[in-house]
Amino acid sequence: MFEIDAKDKYYRDLNEEVRAAVDSGEKDIRLKNVNGQYYLATGLRGKVNITIEGVPGNDLSAFMDGPTVNIKSNAQDNIANTMNAGKIVIHGSAGDVLGYGMRGGKMHIRGDVGYRVGIHMKGVKRQSPTIIAGGTAGDFFGEYMAGGVLILLGLDSPEESPIVGDYLGTGMHGGTIYIRGPVQQKYCGAEVGVMETDADDKKVLEKHLKEYCADLGLDLKEVMSRPFKKLIPVSSRPYGNLYAY
Amino acid sequence: MFKSQAPPIFRATIDTDKCIRCKRCIQNCGWSTYSWGGDRVQIDTSKCVNCLRCYHYCPTEAIEILKEETRFKDNGYWSYNHIRNIKRQAETGGIPLTGMGCDREGTILFDHLMLDACQVTNPSIDPLREPMELKTFLGKKPSKLEFTKDKNGKRKLVTKMPPNLELAAPVIFSPMSYGSISLNAQKVLARAAKECGILMNTGEGGLHEDLKPYTSNIIVQVASGRFGVNPEYLNAGVAVEIKIGQGAKPGIGGHLPGEKIPLEVAKARMIPVGTDALSPAPQHDIYSIEDLRQLIYAIKEATNYKPVSVKIATVHNVAAIASGIVRAGADIVYLDGFRGGTGAAPGIIRDHLGIPIEHALAAVDDRLRQEGIRNEASIIAAGGIRSAADAAKAIALGADAVAIGTAALMTMGCTLCGKCYTGNCSWGITTQRPELTARLDPEVYAVRLSNLIRAWVHELMEVLGALGVNAVESLRGSRERLRGVGLDAQTLDMLGIKPAGR
Amino acid sequence: MNHDFQKDIAGCGLTGLISKKRTRVSGAIIAKSLTLMTDRGNGLGAGYAAYGIYPDFEEFYAFHIMYDVQSARFSVEEYLKDNFHVEKVEEIPTTPVPEIAINPLLVRYFISPLKDKVTGSGGEEDFVVNVVMKINSEIDGAYVFSSGKNMGVFKGVGNPSVISKFFRLDEYEGHIWTAHTRFPTNTPGWWGGAHPFTLLDWSIVHNGEISSYGINKRYLEMFGYKLSLLTDTEVVAYLFDLLIRRHGLDVETACTILAAPFWKDIDDLDPDEKEMVTALRQTYASALLNGPFSLLFGHKNGLVGINDRIKLRPLVAATKDDMVYMASEESAIRAICPVPEKVWAPRAGNPVIVTLDN
Repeated sequence: MFEIDAKDKYYRDLNEEVRAAVDSGEKDIRLKNVNGQYYLATGLRGKVNITIEGVPGNDLSAFMDGPTVNIKSNAQDNIANTMNAGKIVIHGSAGDVLGYGMRGGKMHIRGDVGYRVGIHMKGVKRQSPTIIAGGTAGDFFGEYMAGGVLILLGLDSPEESPIVGDYLGTGMHGGTIYIRGPVQQKYCGAEVGVMETDADDKKVLEKHLKEYCADLGLDLKEVMSRPFKKLIPVSSRPYGNLYAY
Repeated sequence: MFKSQAPPIFRATIDTDKCIRCKRCIQNCGWSTYSWGGDRVQIDTSKCVNCLRCYHYCPTEAIEILKEETRFKDNGYWSYNHIRNIKRQAETGGIPLTGMGCDREGTILFDHLMLDACQVTNPSIDPLREPMELKTFLGKKPSKLEFTKDKNGKRKLVTKMPPNLELAAPVIFSPMSYGSISLNAQKVLARAAKECGILMNTGEGGLHEDLKPYTSNIIVQVASGRFGVNPEYLNAGVAVEIKIGQGAKPGIGGHLPGEKIPLEVAKARMIPVGTDALSPAPQHDIYSIEDLRQLIYAIKEATNYKPVSVKIATVHNVAAIASGIVRAGADIVYLDGFRGGTGAAPGIIRDHLGIPIEHALAAVDDRLRQEGIRNEASIIAAGGIRSAADAAKAIALGADAVAIGTAALMTMGCTLCGKCYTGNCSWGITTQRPELTARLDPEVYAVRLSNLIRAWVHELMEVLGALGVNAVESLRGSRERLRGVGLDAQTLDMLGIKPAGR
Repeated sequence: MNHDFQKDIAGCGLTGLISKKRTRVSGAIIAKSLTLMTDRGNGLGAGYAAYGIYPDFEEFYAFHIMYDVQSARFSVEEYLKDNFHVEKVEEIPTTPVPEIAINPLLVRYFISPLKDKVTGSGGEEDFVVNVVMKINSEIDGAYVFSSGKNMGVFKGVGNPSVISKFFRLDEYEGHIWTAHTRFPTNTPGWWGGAHPFTLLDWSIVHNGEISSYGINKRYLEMFGYKLSLLTDTEVVAYLFDLLIRRHGLDVETACTILAAPFWKDIDDLDPDEKEMVTALRQTYASALLNGPFSLLFGHKNGLVGINDRIKLRPLVAATKDDMVYMASEESAIRAICPVPEKVWAPRAGNPVIVTLDN
């Protein structure tokens, strides 16, 4: 375990230290006393585990391609922007615009997430990104979603209480959203179909949630104990009548 | 017979090889351009107005309407129309009549205005995926609201809100009377208004029975002829409009000749069949602003205080006039610019009186703000709104909504031939001839008109999205989002906008 | 030509704190929070508003005025002496810092309006507002930073730590602080362009751009406000003044106007509430703030945080004991309150309203 004390360190100096450690072959790096430094693990590649103690700043893990980042507290906005591969585990809550254009890898969040989470997530070839949030989400969850899987659990909410905001999946044209709680069609984008989950969905959910529970010390059975709704796009071209040629 | 020295403007032609002698052109032409010559269609091209009805209904595409090549010699000062009008006046001693709006070329201010868009410092908004609000209320608003708190600390509204008209989008249909247009054309307007959550306006022709199902989307008009006006009529719609003037013919009245007053029109107008329907130039109970106030409040008393709109043509002193109208108690000021359409107007009036809506709108909005009474009334801008772009620019200059007449008629087939005053409209719009009006199927054309509104709604949303705002009130009067291209300093100043680049 | 102005555009970071029990907190604390977000600005503007810093002069309007030229000071002081009792005048204490080569003259006045000068129905506060408008728009080279009682604004061209050092913020203690680091994209180098913007005891720090600025400005002009500062933040300060002080609305109602609910959500409200919110949107349509923003609004009785109705700018809130913190980033709060009791992100358009205990 390679430790770096981030206290009062400017982000450029801190990131340089992290990159130097990765370049020298460190596989397990712990950042202590982080508070607000931007761009941690941004553009980082390869197999390395980074543990962050404290609240990392914005644009964590942007363009990241491979590493695993473990955050022990809350995290801020713009995480996993255009991320390609790797994994982010957040033990607290996280902010707005998470996983924008995310193409691969996983993000597991224990707590709540903000607005525009999973916005324009997309899969390509064998890549399929996953975001799982344990709490509630704000508006525009899965906006423009084009691929991958978004799961929202509402673990700390009573059954039947709403756990996701308005404009759910608006502009969605690919991928799947699972919501462990009620979903009202009037809060969904026009392109979204809401349906019950079947046995195949259960398999998919179990596969993703098994790993999620292991990462965050949760009980899979408990998590699976409530019904999920499944949201998928019902038209890949919902705006066909919009233009005059 | 004396042959007119005003030569025909168009040349209707039929390719005899393609023509199958089906005679559809003869049936379709309201102007009798075509007749049957025994073995082929004969053409009197002097009657052709280039309305394209025959062209659209010819099954073999045999018809072509050409511009008449035989013309007066080109002259940079004496235009074709100057010469032609003199010939016509010499032959008839009459005033050349015109239909639709002024078609003279000249600076079109809308085309010199450019809207803003967001880049970096504020985000544009996706109008398809994110909320975008066009809902608009027309009417008086208080300048402030007062609340009290009940014993649980819950706020309660004390201010009584004046009545307002709710529109799903800031676009309404301008007044066009039954008589000037056909009942079917009015039904198209009424159906589309209902479908789109907006309003149509009866014009000064009364309210036909058949429009009663649509009254929650109808403004009824009172003008100088008082046609069809009684207490039931005043209360039938959601609001009442007092028409002072029309952009195409400010300061003059109207004359619907007796031969165009068949039974149904007569019933709606509450006059005998076959009598002339004269709309006097002024309203003879309004010779001054205090008289307008008297009429506004008479109507309010008669309708238990429905909103009252006052429609004026945009003349030189429009700002002061509008201010007076607002202070006289109007809830809505309807400004009709000089490009606005008409069923019939003397060319000299249509083409040379009044000012453009862009100038008038800017001046009125400025004046009402300077006087601190902008909230007292809504402004409708009309008279030449050709597109959603014009609408957006009018709203940015300060309009609450725009009204469209000509554009609405175009969805019914109108091609702007400008011969509405003949009563021969081959599309069945500005005619009362039953064989012509029967062509205009309200159900079919209401879909087209609704389509137009839907398309404009989407276009307005695209514009708002690019501007980074998600409610139309954030564009309304926001002249900061307009720039002028190729306009002189004084014009920019009058419009209250900056030149592009600043 | 009243439209002939160049609007300022700026990105930013903001932070604020309030002690509900009026415990006074050193300016060094808020500076530490703001300094963490230095990169949200570009070094061309930072500023602080503090409430409760002048307990010895709490009866007097505290005018912080900057002067670009000495002659402006003469004009202003002559004008003030004609209209106010001047209790005290002094230059605002500063410390030379290498990053600030030249700075304007900064003077504070503790004043109260002369009784016979206050006419009209608006009373003393309207009088003070008119004085501020007059100085800002008519006296070249003079600009009022702040004009409230027992509060003051310290701002200038520089990054957060430079400005706090320059103004010796660690020597002030207040029970409400707001602060702002600025990323202007034009008009750099003007001290008056930094946030907070104020009027009386209203102060605004703001992140984002008000895309509806054009109509908000014209709306305020109808009520006699002179918008001389060419920045959208100014409209926010004046809108609060109009809605709360002049129209007598409460803070919550003012927030409903500025970040109004969507029509489709209004349709779901119970009939009374629907009628009220519809009336608010109809009446105050031109006061809707549209476009991305988060802002902190400080006033003598409390602190309000709010962001736009589709949450295009961030805002995080936290509590500990009687303290409430709000900032653009959670880390800015943790810099001065490492272990809050509760941390949350307010929903779009939902204000966080904190009021001082009586």
